Amino acid sequence: MSRFSTANLRLAQEIIRRYPVAKSATIPLCHLAQEQDGYLADDSMAQIAELVGCSSAEVLGTASFYEMFKMHSVGKFCLGVCTNISCQLLGGEELLEHAEQTLGIRPGGTTTDGLFTLEDVECIAACTEAPAVQVNYRYFHRLTPQDLDQLIEELRSGALDDVVPAHGTLGKVRQDLGEDRIANITPPEDQTEPVWLRRHRELAEAAAAADAATPSTAGKES
Amino acid sequence: MSEKPRKIEITDPVTITVDGREVTAQNGELLIDACERNDAYIPRFCYHPRMNPVGMCRMCLVEVDTGRGPALQPSCMIPVAAEMVVDTKNEQVSKAQDGILEFLLANHPLDCPVCDKGGECPLQDQTMAYGPGESRWVEEKRHYEKPIAISETVYLDRERCILCDRCTRFAKDVAGDPLIHFIDRGSNTEIATFPDEPFSSYFSGNTVQICPVGALTAKPYRFRARPWDLEEVESTCTGCSVGCRITVQSSRNQVLRFQGVDSDPVNWSWLCDKGRFGFEAINSEERLAEPLMLSSDGTLSPGRWAEALNAAADAIRAADPTSVAVIGGAQLTNESQYAWAKFAKGIIGTDHVDAQLGDGLAAEVVLGLPGATIDQVCAPGSTVLYMGPDPKEELSVLYIRLKHAAQEDGVQIIELSPAASGLSPYASSSLHYRPADLPKLVEALLAGELPDQGLPGIDAAEFTKASQALLAAEQNLHVVIGRANLAESADCVAVAASAVHQAIPGATFLSALRRANLRGALEAGLTPGMLPGRSSLAEHGQAWKELWGSVPSTAGMDTTQILQAAAASKIDVLILLGADPLADFADRSLARRGVAGARTVISLDRFLTASTRQADIVFPIAGFSECEGTHTNLEGRVTRLNQKVTPPGTARTDWMIAAELAALLGKDLGVERDAHELWDEFTAHSAVHAGVSSAALDHPDAADGLLLDLGPRPFVTPVAPHVAPQSSYSLRLIVNRTLYDQGTEIHHCDSSSGLAPAASVRLSPADAAPLGAEDGTQVTVSSPHGSITAALIVDSGVPKGSAVLRHNLEGADPGLLIDSADVVCEIRVEVS
Repeated sequence: MSRFSTANLRLAQEIIRRYPVAKSATIPLCHLAQEQDGYLADDSMAQIAELVGCSSAEVLGTASFYEMFKMHSVGKFCLGVCTNISCQLLGGEELLEHAEQTLGIRPGGTTTDGLFTLEDVECIAACTEAPAVQVNYRYFHRLTPQDLDQLIEELRSGALDDVVPAHGTLGKVRQDLGEDRIANITPPEDQTEPVWLRRHRELAEAAAAADAATPSTAGKES
Repeated sequence: MSEKPRKIEITDPVTITVDGREVTAQNGELLIDACERNDAYIPRFCYHPRMNPVGMCRMCLVEVDTGRGPALQPSCMIPVAAEMVVDTKNEQVSKAQDGILEFLLANHPLDCPVCDKGGECPLQDQTMAYGPGESRWVEEKRHYEKPIAISETVYLDRERCILCDRCTRFAKDVAGDPLIHFIDRGSNTEIATFPDEPFSSYFSGNTVQICPVGALTAKPYRFRARPWDLEEVESTCTGCSVGCRITVQSSRNQVLRFQGVDSDPVNWSWLCDKGRFGFEAINSEERLAEPLMLSSDGTLSPGRWAEALNAAADAIRAADPTSVAVIGGAQLTNESQYAWAKFAKGIIGTDHVDAQLGDGLAAEVVLGLPGATIDQVCAPGSTVLYMGPDPKEELSVLYIRLKHAAQEDGVQIIELSPAASGLSPYASSSLHYRPADLPKLVEALLAGELPDQGLPGIDAAEFTKASQALLAAEQNLHVVIGRANLAESADCVAVAASAVHQAIPGATFLSALRRANLRGALEAGLTPGMLPGRSSLAEHGQAWKELWGSVPSTAGMDTTQILQAAAASKIDVLILLGADPLADFADRSLARRGVAGARTVISLDRFLTASTRQADIVFPIAGFSECEGTHTNLEGRVTRLNQKVTPPGTARTDWMIAAELAALLGKDLGVERDAHELWDEFTAHSAVHAGVSSAALDHPDAADGLLLDLGPRPFVTPVAPHVAPQSSYSLRLIVNRTLYDQGTEIHHCDSSSGLAPAASVRLSPADAAPLGAEDGTQVTVSSPHGSITAALIVDSGVPKGSAVLRHNLEGADPGLLIDSADVVCEIRVEVS
């Protein structure tokens, strides 16, 4: 069983409230579940379906489109070594082979202590910093095999816990949004005008009202 | 492709050029339809005329010039506009189609010789017609385990799938059960269910029919025949009263498959799985093939027709006509119903004839209120007051039409039901009343305000919304009536319907009664006090007496009264026309006493049921697709039933048995050769049937059947039943049906018989909490008449103060709790 913890369930309900249509919260909730468990368990997807009012198959269909949602249990640190062209030219494949030997696993595997999952990844858009490695989607640049060993040691010892959160939180699901910053929670069918136009009008009206309230000399000072 | 473009009326014509010809099309319709209607068929896989287009397969690419030069565009996504120039066959288009096919075949296995679809496969056909002669593909194709079961009846072969999105669109948009979905991405995309959550939709079989390749196959048909070995005939499904048009396909005198036919006024090509796979019952080993008679040792043993007929005739002859009763007849063809009405009322002389088993509505209500068709109910602009059973469970294809009307055509549905139903998510307002409160609720809705003390379970805001919608509807109000609760008196619905009829005279009514040809039975007079053609015994008896020679002098008893009389040993001969009161009559105790109390029980059935086992004489009868005739659906639409195979053994059609018995009684039923004679006699003498004569039904324009005259007949306002106040400790019982139950038909279908759920008691969370019970707790439900034990299901769709039990499921029989004399059934629930 892996379902949202009480705190995460409350957060999930808060996230759902940010959207005019509950189903829009599917992906943020998948992020939240992955943040909690490291991967998207079947139970989590079923619970997300319940929360947003769709079928479990729809959640699975949506989540499985995205490589970065893991469908199986992974280690605390997902180590992705890029082997695309720039990294390959600058030793990415050797780095991967080194990582395989250091960790004793093949790409896709997880170490027995449950700490590391090794991945052979496609271009991660850090070509100028090749060879590049991602740990839970945090970047480490221009690594030599020795650097990689050191990185693995530091991760193992917990020295990098502040820099690399467990499982990697991708989306800003935890962000604190003030009421005024929530985009729009009016259902689409009830919307008469786009929210930004309304905001703009409200601000303009407020400014006009402020102008009217202050004596006309105030304007001349500026 | 078997799908035909939808028939449309051109109201906004535009001229477009198709392959050099100027043609007229409806402005805004899809180009693919306009071209097909004008003899320029465009190949396609993903487009289906009954679903929204997605442009998924790209097979329908054609060259379209809208003034900016020709360009290849998918014709299923392009609305027709004036002066469009379309080329569907030039070199560019052929090359595109050729390319798309080569692309689709890149991963499609060439296992056509062992594929069920081979011979009727759109991919195979279109590859031959438009595709490359050979493939340039030399790489390995993708491989999957083949096939995997995605439900009890449907298998998925992912290697064959071309990802057209038809099944997934159907599941989500048409059926409302999005249990299958594309998963993964790119070349790894596949159709899948959620792990451990099968595609258990009531409509899953439709995906097999619309799959353009052999990716989805149905277990009951897999490897049973090749398409070129099948013979087919068009007919009407008699699984319920919706009357979906189907083709019956058979090989070597065995029915092997039903396929939905696109009948515009009825089923739009969709079928429920119970109907689609119901053909298995026809081939059941347990069909009765010879007459059975009670032998001296008390068992039923095979007899000869002559013996059985003579024994039956002797029993009828010896009995006083008023001590002969007939129950059932809703599964018969219109012709057999007429024959039995004539035999019972004209020849035997009894009016104790009832086609319903206390689970329907009075004939005056069904036939007396002005009628509505499914199309009228579902037309854009309509407001529907729904006071019937859960349509998803009982009249599944009607649910599809109502769902479409609500979602796509903006029809407002006001649902009044005792508990949440499959329709509730699509209703604009849904009010769940306490059993027996329906008349009060409807009265309040029509008055526009709740009584001062309110009504139990009715939310004031939702009530106001519903009331306003109802009162604003006026001429566009269509009312669906039926029995949402078998434990509640039928008078409740009748009173409510009558109140709407009086307050809003323009409202029309659709009776949602489940039994297949029940409407036909009522029209044929298989109900007490009525004669064929909606004529009453009291008023029109003389006219029918002239034709039949005699009619009963007084109105007879309904099923409840017949069973009461039989229990008091006042019925000498009880004839069951395919009826099984021991399973279907809501009050189990009365049914048992009634069937046991009748001196001679004569049963006409296809199977040994609980009731036929109690019979003295059992006649085996020909069933669906084994006899010719006509069928009347719930709207009053008459369609042809056609014979495809021969009945088992010596089984005969019901009307033949009536004719034989009449002859043995020294009378003539007036039929020499075939059922057409009965239909001709019936339609010639019934004003409402004047338009549905054999000749009219055979007209090419009558392919979708013909409607009876639906005008109102004199309607007697029923009296509101008196309901004792509810005790504060008790709950009110709701008994409703589920699609898969222990019914005779479904019980003899190999692939569906295991789908019936186990019996359960559903309670609202508010009622379950004080019991300290949770899902799965065994609870005892008791009424003054009996008690049963079943597992609890906590269901937030059940209102506080009510409990839901399902009719006819294994494990617990709600019939033991019910007394048919009560308006509602009050129960107590305790943890066992």
